[in-house]
Amino acid sequence: MHIVICIKQVPDSAQIRVHPVTNTIMRQGVPTIINPYDLFALEEALRLRDAHGGEVTVLTMGPPMAEDALRKALTYGADRAVLLTDRHFAGSDTLATSFALSQAIAKIGETFGSPDIVFTGKQTIDGDTAQVGPGIAKRLDLLQLTYVAKIVSIDLNKREITVERRSEGGTQTLMSKLPCLITMLEGTNEIRRGSLDDALRAARSRIVKWNAADAGIEDLTKCGLRGSPTVVKRVFAPATRAEKAEQIDTTEKTPRDLADELIAGIFSRQPALEDELAFDGDA
Amino acid sequence: MTEKFDAIVIGAGMAGNAAAYTMASRGLKVLQLERGEYPGSKNVQGAILYSNMLEKIIPDFRDDAPLERHLVEQRFWMMDDTSHIGMQYRSDDFNESRPNRYTVIRAQFDKWFSRKVREAGATVLCETTVTEVARDADGKVIGVHTDRIGDVILADVVVLAEGVNGLLGTRAGLRETPKPETVALAVKEMHFLPEDVIDQRFGLKANEGCVIEAAGTISRSMAGLAFLYTNKESISIGIGCLVSDFAATMESPYDLLENFKKHPSVQPLIADSEVKEYAAHLIPEGGYKAIPQLFGNGWVVTGDAAQLNNAVHREGSNLAMTSGRLAGEAIVQVKTRGDPMIKENLALYKSKLDKSFVIKDLRKYKDMPALLHTNSRNFFTTYPQLLSQAAQNFMRVDSTPKIDKERATTAAFIKERSRWGLVSDAVRFAFAWR
Amino acid sequence: MLNMKRDTPPPAAGRASTKRELPEHFKDYRHVWVFIELERGQIHPVSFELLGEGRKLADKLGVELAGVVLGPAGEATLYAVAEAFAYGADLAYLVEAPLLEDYRNEPFTKAMTDLVTTYKPEILLLGATTLGRDLAGSVATTLLTGLTADCTELDVDAEGSLAATRPTFGGSLLCTIYTLNCRPQMATVRPRVMAMPQRVNKPIGRVIQHDVPMVEEEIVTKALGFLSDGQSSNANLAYADVVVAGGLGLGAAENLKLVKNLARAIGAEYGCSRPLVQKGWMPADRQIGQTGKTIRPKLYIAAGISGAIQHRVGVGGADLIVAINTDRNAPIFDFAHLGVVTDAIRFLPSLTEVFTHRLSPHSRDKLAN
Ligand SMILES: Cc1cc2nc3c(=O)[nH]c(=O)nc-3n(C[C@H](O)[C@H](O)[C@H](O)COP(=O)(O)OP(=O)(O)OC[C@H]3O[C@@H](n4cnc5c(N)ncnc54)[C@H](O)[C@@H]3O)c2cc1C
Ligand SMILES: Cc1cc2nc3c(=O)[nH]c(=O)nc-3n(C[C@H](O)[C@H](O)[C@H](O)COP(=O)(O)OP(=O)(O)OC[C@H]3O[C@@H](n4cnc5c(N)ncnc54)[C@H](O)[C@@H]3O)c2cc1C
Ligand SMILES: Nc1ncnc2c1ncn2[C@@H]1O[C@H](COP(=O)(O)O)[C@@H](O)[C@H]1O
Repeated sequence: MHIVICIKQVPDSAQIRVHPVTNTIMRQGVPTIINPYDLFALEEALRLRDAHGGEVTVLTMGPPMAEDALRKALTYGADRAVLLTDRHFAGSDTLATSFALSQAIAKIGETFGSPDIVFTGKQTIDGDTAQVGPGIAKRLDLLQLTYVAKIVSIDLNKREITVERRSEGGTQTLMSKLPCLITMLEGTNEIRRGSLDDALRAARSRIVKWNAADAGIEDLTKCGLRGSPTVVKRVFAPATRAEKAEQIDTTEKTPRDLADELIAGIFSRQPALEDELAFDGDA
Repeated sequence: MTEKFDAIVIGAGMAGNAAAYTMASRGLKVLQLERGEYPGSKNVQGAILYSNMLEKIIPDFRDDAPLERHLVEQRFWMMDDTSHIGMQYRSDDFNESRPNRYTVIRAQFDKWFSRKVREAGATVLCETTVTEVARDADGKVIGVHTDRIGDVILADVVVLAEGVNGLLGTRAGLRETPKPETVALAVKEMHFLPEDVIDQRFGLKANEGCVIEAAGTISRSMAGLAFLYTNKESISIGIGCLVSDFAATMESPYDLLENFKKHPSVQPLIADSEVKEYAAHLIPEGGYKAIPQLFGNGWVVTGDAAQLNNAVHREGSNLAMTSGRLAGEAIVQVKTRGDPMIKENLALYKSKLDKSFVIKDLRKYKDMPALLHTNSRNFFTTYPQLLSQAAQNFMRVDSTPKIDKERATTAAFIKERSRWGLVSDAVRFAFAWR
Repeated sequence: MLNMKRDTPPPAAGRASTKRELPEHFKDYRHVWVFIELERGQIHPVSFELLGEGRKLADKLGVELAGVVLGPAGEATLYAVAEAFAYGADLAYLVEAPLLEDYRNEPFTKAMTDLVTTYKPEILLLGATTLGRDLAGSVATTLLTGLTADCTELDVDAEGSLAATRPTFGGSLLCTIYTLNCRPQMATVRPRVMAMPQRVNKPIGRVIQHDVPMVEEEIVTKALGFLSDGQSSNANLAYADVVVAGGLGLGAAENLKLVKNLARAIGAEYGCSRPLVQKGWMPADRQIGQTGKTIRPKLYIAAGISGAIQHRVGVGGADLIVAINTDRNAPIFDFAHLGVVTDAIRFLPSLTEVFTHRLSPHSRDKLAN
């Protein structure tokens, strides 16, 4: 079984700062990580490989330094890594990203064997759209299984797959066919710690690096800024509330006094609430 | 798998990178292990880099190393609670084509250095903690165990470059745990500001940088030093005091830093900045007398792990780099001769170190740590206060005759510290510094 | 997904000027559509929130607002159509087919793209739910048009283009995105980000029924079953009027009962910040924030939560935010309305007690008399 998994290197958004004056992102010293959601997909891919045999290929599109993310994926135990990097990809939105990635996956299929499953994470933490996965599926005409919480079974002979999928109000069980694209739900597993062998192999392995031409992309108008129908017109910092919270003075007050005062404060601001709460609270 | 390497380096800090680079670039099969997520991830941000020592390892480092600002100005402040009296040196000569000192952000710099190590041919594994050194029946170090599933990894020699609180060497009995009175605890913050604001506040232009080091009542009678470095878009600010002092006084390092930041001389420099990354780290300050055994059968120890740190001049990374390089060179030499990595042969590392500035500098200041420690009240509280009063006395123009002002100053000094005390402090300081 | 590369200025400046004339074949794309999310007979309330927004857009553009209902023929589908009108639609598009019973990507994508290419809306809005996101990506890619996900604000500019504002970089920044040269302009919006509009009883208006020929045999993916979350309250968190949440400041898993007790006393839902989910102290569907639920309660009480930006973006819509935190400099006080600098572990029991007392019928009777 050949599994391709798409990962993205993202800035650790917990550490991102916005320049107080210019409102631009200050990336200085902000570490990059593998998009945390992708790790659930990666682990699931590794488990499937361990259970059914085969290979796991990790793919990312990004700047040359995204190689770090791929190497890390190899440390977890992936078999092969492909970096799709080209200036023409810069500024891609979801449509252009899914185009480039789907072309690369097709090329991976030609070069290393056609994938049975393509995995993506549920969403990224920088783009946060959850659209690249469905985009790839559509372009490659793969059956699309999103928000998968569990892979119940795979029958490689019948090319059948059964999954449990999270929906708004419950869990849906779907049976579909390979090849398919799965976006994996978070919290479904925990990424493994690669063995010393995996780590050594990762440190030494060569990463396959493709530019647009290598990936067989001829139509550059579908890539990067040019291939992106969406246009970012304005970037700005969220408005800050002018006044800070009104602080209740705590000096020499018992918790009960404080509670009295706080509750009075709440109801004076939201007078209707008292009746509603009384109703709910007693119900 | 029992793969064997020529050398294993533990740690990807300054010392480890220097050692690994030196050996790998001379053709040795090197494995470097770092427990952090990436090299530098565990290292306190913001530091000064000394070019000379790095040039000896990577001569053209300026081409692509992530350097923040080159230093053109150094200030030293003696502070009391409301004032500082200072010495300041600034020279346009430092705007040279190959500047002597830079500020760097360690997380980025270490990453760059590590890339060089990899390009030189070493195998670098991160997120891999060495849990134990492996020895043969005779006690010779023959490799390491890690926290990853797998066999022991073998090597002819193991270079310990695990930093000041590396447990490995002490656990293996290769050296002692540093004592509280020989390590300082430094806390540090990064304050982000736009580049032009930093330029403006410090009177800098085009990548020029400035360093402030400060001592005085800010350390509340403990032996300690505060510092402030300008990076490109941030200011590193911190304070360090001996661990034993913190323990004795029950002061919190965080409070000290808060006070330093609120000091009227400092506050305007960092006003309106965005704080990020609070970090605490140990600095070995024991000096010459605290240096442990540096080599043995199948192992050498370098950098902070070997207490090679010049507390007086706040130099650490350059000693770390140099000791790493010299260890690497010694190992390469032994290897080239085809000799075994036994104690007698690895002594070459020590003799190289002895001849270098590392040991010479540390020997020069060998009495300084003890002096500052036992006399910290005077050096860090009394004198700064006296000096500040004296300065203010002179600068405030009133109708007191100057001669009276001078007398008052002298009297104040003597009252606080007695004539004998003053003389003895001066003499002892001079001896220690000499 | 935004790909802002280091050192390159945000594309805004460079690209805004590249606005070309809308290609001829898109010029007849008109009207605003809202996808009415109907799953297992239930309408997701985000659909109504979107109708509220869609109404404003349609009025600004001087066009019509349509609700799009896909489902099997039956009462639920008709009800959805009726509700679309009640929440502001001028007309409705309806595709009825038995295989639209359970949500599956293939038939829904087919039905939706078919509708769009036939009736040509200029704007298409969907909820950023698991269903909406699954569908929106496929539809946008099939139509090769732009999709702005998880918007927090929708507007039309002077030239009549959709200006979709969404958070980026984990909420640290907002950006406004346009789809200039393709139609429809698609956007998704998370539940509870937009206010719920007033429901007005209105007769069903114009319904355009569209037939999409599909046979079950051609659909590969089969729905084998569905396990409902039942009446478990997690679904209610986003829509609760009062929410009490705990953060890492509570120190230990057992202290979460303080939060639950308070919630029970005042009839509130409870939630938490992300670290508590990561520690396994609370289930993931209780998480509030960027990667959890967006809430919009009348009252939000946060105990031991620092107020990181990722948390803030999930609670910004609350009418009244009360923060309990030991650190008077905690960022949460920057956006809370009322603050108490105190130890939540000691304070929450008293707060619960006083609330209970004050809300009890007995004491209220006394107050009334
Ligand atoms: C606040 C502060 C400011 C300073 N400022 C300066 C300055 O301006 N200029 C200057 O020259 N010096 C400065 N120093 C000192 C300087 O940082 C150190 O001397 C230098 O980093 C020492 O390098 P090292 O390689 O010995 O140790 P480190 O840089 O500490 O590296 C040790 C590495 O080993 C790794 N490691 C530890 N144990 C294991 C294990 N078991 N397995 C695998 N890996 C392990 C660690 O993760 C770490 O990356 C400063 C220090 C501090 C604390
Ligand atoms: C990609 C990404 C997505 C994220 N998504 C989310 C998200 O959806 N939701 C979310 O919440 N977070 C999210 N986070 C995490 C977020 O950045 C913060 O780390 C998190 O919100 C902090 O949780 P906290 O406030 O509970 O903990 P802390 O930040 O540790 O704050 C604890 C607070 O409790 C206070 N405190 C301590 N003791 C007491 C006491 N006894 N009484 C009262 N107060 C006390 C402290 O002063 C402190 O302010 C995300 C992060 C990333 C990187
Ligand atoms: N540049 C990229 N390279 C590889 N995979 C990506 C890239 N961008 C997005 N993905 C994948 O698509 C998923 C959803 O991303 P997004 O639509 O940005 O939320 C991610 O979890 C990744 O698996």
